[in-house]
Amino acid sequence: MDIEVIQEYIPLYVEAAKLTLRLAIIGILGAIIVGLLCSIIRYYKIPIIHKIVGGYVELSRNTPLLIQLFFLYFGLPKIGIVMSSEACAIVGLIFLGGSYMSEAFRSGLEAIPKIQEESGLCLGLTRWQVVRSILLPQAIMISMPAFLANIIFLIKETSVFSVVALADLMFVAKDLIGLYYRTDEALFLLVVAYLIILLPISILFTIVERRLKRVAIGN
Amino acid sequence: MNTNSKDNILQIKNLEKGFDQTTILNNLSLEVKKGEVVVILGPSGCGKSTLLRCINGLETIQNGEILLNGENIRESKQAMYAIRQKIGMVFQSYDLFPHMNILDNITLGPVKAQGRKKEEVRREAEQLLERVGLLDKVNAYPRQLSGGQKQRVAIVRALCMHPEIMLFDEVTAALDPEMVREVLDVMLELAKQGTTMLIVTHEMSFARAIADRIIFLDGGSIVEESEPEMFFTNPSTERARKFLDVFTFENVHNIETE
Repeated sequence: MDIEVIQEYIPLYVEAAKLTLRLAIIGILGAIIVGLLCSIIRYYKIPIIHKIVGGYVELSRNTPLLIQLFFLYFGLPKIGIVMSSEACAIVGLIFLGGSYMSEAFRSGLEAIPKIQEESGLCLGLTRWQVVRSILLPQAIMISMPAFLANIIFLIKETSVFSVVALADLMFVAKDLIGLYYRTDEALFLLVVAYLIILLPISILFTIVERRLKRVAIGN
Repeated sequence: MNTNSKDNILQIKNLEKGFDQTTILNNLSLEVKKGEVVVILGPSGCGKSTLLRCINGLETIQNGEILLNGENIRESKQAMYAIRQKIGMVFQSYDLFPHMNILDNITLGPVKAQGRKKEEVRREAEQLLERVGLLDKVNAYPRQLSGGQKQRVAIVRALCMHPEIMLFDEVTAALDPEMVREVLDVMLELAKQGTTMLIVTHEMSFARAIADRIIFLDGGSIVEESEPEMFFTNPSTERARKFLDVFTFENVHNIETE
């Protein structure tokens, strides 16, 4: 491996990492919102919609992101829906992440004793107030390990964004290999880039989980 | 009993409730006057808890009417939210919200549901906590409290809503014997102040002490309704007599020597 080559490539990877992270953050935030909504719909079994949401969750969890992105980028334009590469990547990540988040939050919601909801209703709170003030905070706490694992999973999934012609980390690596045959350096930097992004997050999440366990909720 | 009496806070008329094929409550009628303490006794599965849950709209009913101050509690969804604010309920299991401290547990309902000022509610919450001897726990979390303390907070939480009637569903059943007393004392204090209460309990001597009226429920209907002294010393039905026998014990040693 050539150190000088590596030094030369680093700025390219930094740019790519910025793009990857930006898309990941937007996609994950979107996935959290979709996940929360879907989990509430499924928890309350809201007529008709909960069936549709159930179908979405199964479809999303049982198809790879790679194929979802292909569908968005190459399939949808055939019926007149054209999206930019970035839009495809974000929509794809939200589509995938939404179902995983939904299942995490739903398991959290279902772990809360029914009496919590009833106590809230007894105080004259509306259903929505009960969800917001009583159920969701507890569900998020309970589902925190699954929730954090999902975030890491989704960041890793961004490595397939290059199929929709996005200049993300994977794209840069492949580009450098293709152009200059610098396979060692390009792959080395790719691994390091993902580690630099994910390791601190992983460590942070482990600490968060340990903290949560210490202040374990439950009466 | 005078059915049209104006001072009836709660009126239940021909209430029917069932799950699938089984009938839980069968044509049950009951009135509770302002300031009255009514204790509901009966074997498990007789419908006591279900009755309380119906009054609060936590269960659907098949037939009959439940009126609070003459208002039908099932008028509409909106009316239901409003009426629930006037009914305080304390459950058997400690049902405090574990993610909120004691103060937030108490102020949630008054602030969110009733739209009262947080500062005013906080002051009232502190006064009520002081009355039940828990003012020092105002910033504690439910997990840091004993079962008896949690139940006292649950009572304060209900009281802070200024309810017109309080429902107690076996509030001491899940407590260690030593903690039962502290909770019952709070309830006795409320009775002295004229709080209208509907109490389901298995504490017989407590029932006798606190009740203005005993309702004995079996098989989903009222079997007997009488003054506590009358009920405990000379129940008029065979079913009630049998029920009360369960709570008295023969002296084992005497039987052996005889």
